[in-house]
Amino acid sequence: MIEFISKPWPWYVAGPAIGLMVPLLLLVLNKSFGVSSSLKHLCAMCSISKDDYFKYNWKNESWNLLFVFGIFLGALFVAEYIPTNELVGISTATVTKLSSLGISDFTGLMPSQIFGFDHISNTATLISVVLGGFLVGFGTRYAGGCTSGHAIMGLSMLNLGSLVAVVGFFIGGLAISWFILPLILSSL
Amino acid sequence: MRHLYAVLLGALFGGILVKAEVLSWFRIQEMFWFQSFHMYGIIGSAIVVGAISLQIIKRLEAKSISGDLINPADKKFNKKGNLIGGIIFGCGWALTGACPGPLYALVGSGYGIILVSIFSAMLGVVAYGILKDKLPH
Repeated sequence: MIEFISKPWPWYVAGPAIGLMVPLLLLVLNKSFGVSSSLKHLCAMCSISKDDYFKYNWKNESWNLLFVFGIFLGALFVAEYIPTNELVGISTATVTKLSSLGISDFTGLMPSQIFGFDHISNTATLISVVLGGFLVGFGTRYAGGCTSGHAIMGLSMLNLGSLVAVVGFFIGGLAISWFILPLILSSL
Repeated sequence: MRHLYAVLLGALFGGILVKAEVLSWFRIQEMFWFQSFHMYGIIGSAIVVGAISLQIIKRLEAKSISGDLINPADKKFNKKGNLIGGIIFGCGWALTGACPGPLYALVGSGYGIILVSIFSAMLGVVAYGILKDKLPH
């Protein structure tokens, strides 16, 4: 049991576990599974903008902010008490391809050559961390949801709009990973 | 109590995100390069479990623990907004290697630099708020 918990989970354990978040949130809080609206509530909470878009009582959505605070805590707990020393179990094909593009460090969850404060002024880091984050915020509000709200909750409800959004997610993601990422990594 | 439950459910989700490795930039590139079934298996089986759960909740007319009927609202369908916004988010997903849930989980996993991404994402939301009336939806 301990060994099972401490190892990375295969997809057929992790996927259903994530799927169960849908009924759990409905039964316990009567809320629809979704994460990205928290970014808007954070803006409203911090009064970062005077725009009408943020003129609502964010406290009515505090469950969502507490939920994402929980995500942070849950990850912290796992990192502290049940860490894995293994490398992320990506395929050898991916390791080969990333190596050929200039990635040499496969430890941790993200490549240290990009995601570190030491590299904050590098082009690859600025594009990945700063521009990437901006597009996540802008895009999720424009589309009205992210992987959890559209791909999992929306598709679970057989919502056509969510299917359109998920097709969009993959158009954007494929374009970046296939055509732009090699250019970004060439600056390493 | 509701506040505590929200934190606990978030913590459960955050823990799963780490154990499933879905918060890993490496996993996201592998997914977009179609080099493993892992991410597709996770998203696909999550949808199947979510959909079956919703059907059961609907058929049983289940109530939440506070006694209210569970009837989740459909998201508004904006044909252009969902597609264009989706494409923009997809670009951000591949660049950071993380969607919003994993962003918070990465900070918990010790990647402080992702706080910069979260702040950037908030600026992205602000930009959307300012521009939204001029954008096609």
